Amino acid sequence: MDIKHQKKIDKTVTSLRKKDVTGGKVVTESWEPNLEYAWDNGPAISRYLAELKKGKLIGKRCNKCDRVLLPPRMFCEICWRPTDEWVYVEDTGTVNTFCISHVDWKAGRLNIKGGVRPFTPAVIEIDGASKGMGILHMIDKTNPKNIKMGMRVKAVWKPAEKREGSITDIEYFKPIGKKK
Amino acid sequence: MDKKVAIVGIGTTGFRATTPDVSYRELTYEAATKAYLDAGIEPQEVGAFVATSEDFLEGYSISDEYSPDQLGAVLKSIHTVPGDFIQGLGNGVMLIMSGYADIVVVQGMSKASNMVTKGDLLTFAADPFAWRPLQESPHAIAAMEMNRFLYESGNTIEQCAQVVVKNRRNALLNPRAALGAALELEDVLNADPVAEPLCRLDIAQHADGAVVCVLASQEKVGSLKGNPIWVRDVSWATETNALDSRTWGEAVYMQLAAEKAYRMAGIRTPAKEIDFAELNDEYSYKELQHIEALGLCAWGESGKLSEIGWSERTGEFPVNTAGGCLGCGHLFELDGGQKVLDAVLQLRGQAGELQLKTANTAVAAGWRGVPTTTGAVVVLGN
Repeated sequence: MDIKHQKKIDKTVTSLRKKDVTGGKVVTESWEPNLEYAWDNGPAISRYLAELKKGKLIGKRCNKCDRVLLPPRMFCEICWRPTDEWVYVEDTGTVNTFCISHVDWKAGRLNIKGGVRPFTPAVIEIDGASKGMGILHMIDKTNPKNIKMGMRVKAVWKPAEKREGSITDIEYFKPIGKKK
Repeated sequence: MDKKVAIVGIGTTGFRATTPDVSYRELTYEAATKAYLDAGIEPQEVGAFVATSEDFLEGYSISDEYSPDQLGAVLKSIHTVPGDFIQGLGNGVMLIMSGYADIVVVQGMSKASNMVTKGDLLTFAADPFAWRPLQESPHAIAAMEMNRFLYESGNTIEQCAQVVVKNRRNALLNPRAALGAALELEDVLNADPVAEPLCRLDIAQHADGAVVCVLASQEKVGSLKGNPIWVRDVSWATETNALDSRTWGEAVYMQLAAEKAYRMAGIRTPAKEIDFAELNDEYSYKELQHIEALGLCAWGESGKLSEIGWSERTGEFPVNTAGGCLGCGHLFELDGGQKVLDAVLQLRGQAGELQLKTANTAVAAGWRGVPTTTGAVVVLGN
């Protein structure tokens, strides 16, 4: 395409600015959906949440593969059979993986330079559950730079009266000493 | 079809108004366990899985990623079809015909009871410029279709009410149905109007449930136990979604899907070559409209035939033998799953008290509900 022709196009192209939309210069349709759901948790997750309210973590064992599944499940997805007994597990564990997040969960940037602590989400393999079985949670009250793979951590629970049967009944995990 | 595919196993939870005792995972797990037992297979033997779901029905996006565990599909090939169960079944058939897998599992599930704002969910499917600003109910859209269908075909409101009476009575004998009832014609005609001519009892109530189906290639069928039901052909079609210019009287989408399925299955006179139909009756008039679209009687005749008992279980051409949507419940994308389930049980001679004397060839047909114009048809034979 020759330059002359390109310039002609540039002249006719109009870029859209925010005020064109908000000022009603451009006609748009908008809609705010009212979508509400109430999911049945089923026996496994219901018990898990009820135990969290009591300040305990519970899993379920599959007697065939001998794994303790956490969070508990009514069936073993690998062995394809119903799971067996309920098993209480510890509230301590080992960091499987983590990151230092400078954005919140809607991808909004955190004001790190202004003193906001980065989020430090982590997957924690819980003591008493099988290797690789753990919960997604977060680590707090420690310098993000000090978090390491394989670090030992322990749950910090909300006070009993504030717990509501949610994974946020654990406020965060904090570093502890090495496993004995 | 040049390569034969059979349904070798089917399992269901049955259908209930609510299922607070189980999550969607356990709901599908129950149906899958029954289907695999029925087929005599372990999920490890399955080559590929097809789930059917729609994110807004599940309540979270990319919901297809939540489907493997409860099917035994972890670390296996799986994909989701956001459409009716029979469209999922069509995808399963293609996986076998293309040689990708010998055994394929198709899943469908409804947790309608978990959708708190069902009305808003349906209006969210409305076109944002042509329909939403008017805030007209999805039932009103159906009522306009019903009006035009009755006007053009000559069928009547009373004949639609007869469909409700039949299907809810059939459901009384179906242990899997949620909505069996011994209604009289007057009960239906006197029910509260919703969007005239539709009244409350013309509209199927929502229900929860799951259906899982195991498909196998002809080569595999021999080594499996059980009673194969052959998929003679499967097809689906969609008309324009434009409310201002779609066909309001006839279910053209279903007619096109049926014509293609019949052609490929070698069926020339469906009413003679097919013994019974399980088809979408989410609204009473839909049964009549779909009977005519599937070519099971002449245009405008379905109502009169229904009045004389033609579509009863004891009639000449039984339709919705186990209760259909009106008797089992409106199951969203699982609609075709309930239809296929009841067709398979009849063809196997396992329909219990509902069993027909002659059940060798069946047509099952699903519709994706208001405001869609998508129909899916499968012809099955024993």
